[in-house]
This record gives sequence, structure tokens and C-alpha cells, in this order.
Amino acid sequence: MAIRVQTEDFDIGREIAALTAGRIDIGAVVTFTGLVRGASPGKSLATHSLATMTLEHYPGMTEAELERVEAAALERWPLQASLIVHRVGTLAPGDNIVLVVTASLHRQAAFEAAEFLMDYLKTQAPFWKKEAATDGTGDWVDARASDDQAIARWR
Amino acid sequence: MTVRLLYFAWVREKLGQAEETVSLPAELTTVADVLGWQAQRSEIHRNVFTSAGIVRVAVDQTHAQPSVNIKHAREIAFFPPVTGG
Repeated sequence: MAIRVQTEDFDIGREIAALTAGRIDIGAVVTFTGLVRGASPGKSLATHSLATMTLEHYPGMTEAELERVEAAALERWPLQASLIVHRVGTLAPGDNIVLVVTASLHRQAAFEAAEFLMDYLKTQAPFWKKEAATDGTGDWVDARASDDQAIARWR
Repeated sequence: MTVRLLYFAWVREKLGQAEETVSLPAELTTVADVLGWQAQRSEIHRNVFTSAGIVRVAVDQTHAQPSVNIKHAREIAFFPPVTGG
């Protein structure tokens, strides 16, 4: 079980290899990767093309929240291993933002736990995104009600 | 009581500071009290802390509802709803 907050990119293949190295008790590995979109939902790509996205966080609490989310997943599913990597700093469209990896004996636990981790991370972990558009405008991304609704199904 | 106050995202930008160390008035006992105290510090504070109750609070790096006690807090953070992932 591990969590990391970092400015540098991650390599999904390398992370899976590290997680499964020397283990024969893992039957399923699920990964989720979140990427920076080139335009905000509902906005025209032509007029609101994204130049950069900057992620701010709360050092200390971020790590504590990610660990709490991971521990909550472990209470619900028999995971053999898990990993959360979240990037901070200034990113460009197409860049990786977040990686969740879950490993279990059988696929169902890994699939469900990966969704759970992402749903909780999005509403609990203290990260904030600020967008800068190519036309010079920019603002903080608003939280989405759909993210709050997504965690309701795990209660 | 001396406590470290932290500000993030647009709360930080609007207040023009990332953190400060303050002596909170002794009569403040809950998160709701501290939000009310913040709101009366200046016109800018009033705008930030009364904007439809949107500002979230963490006490000692744990999410805190308005009823949470802050009497022994060392660090109180104020921020918008989170948008990671």
C-alpha cells in the first residue's frame, strides 16, 4: 500500500512492474489514469482551449487524506496491493494527473476498489485545479455535484 | 490561543496570504465561530467567508464540520471544495 504526491510524471508500466515484482499472490491488476483535458466540459474548444492546468495542494493533509482513503478501501476489499500517485504543479493538456493501481486475487475487488479510491480521492483529498486558457483567461475549477453523488453509492 | 491559519486556492488569492499565526479570541469554540470571526475581519474577509458558506475547513489536517471544537487546534485551514483527481 503506498501513496505519492509528486511534480514529475509517472510511468504506468513501471509502476505495475514494481507493484507485482516477485509476487505470485496477485491475480488481477486494475489501473486508472486521469489526464488533463484540452478544454473544460461545456466550453467550446475553439474559444476556451486550455494552455495549462496548475494543481495546488495542502502538504501534510494531502498525504494523510490519501492514506485514509486507501485504508478505507482496504477495509472493504481484500487487496493484495494498491498505489495512488497524484501530480501537483503546472501541467499541460494530455499530461497525466493521477494514477490509481489496485491488485487483488480476483478482478472484482480490484475493479471496485479502483473506482472507490477515485471517487473518494476526488471529494476528500485537498487538491485544487486552476486552469489557464490560451486566450489569457483563467480561473479555479469548480467542484462538481456529480463527484459528490458518485460517493453516495459506496455508503 | 495561538493558532496557525492556512489558506488555499482562491481563498488564498483573495486574502492575499497563504498563512498567518494569530491569537484567536477565547470565546471562539467551534469551526462555525471561527468562520464568523473571519467574516468580520475586513470587507475582503466578509466576501470570502460569507460567500454562500462555500469555504471548507480542516482542523489539524482533518476535514471539519461547523460544529467541530477548535479549542486545542494548532492548525486551521480554509479552502474551496476540493477538485483533485
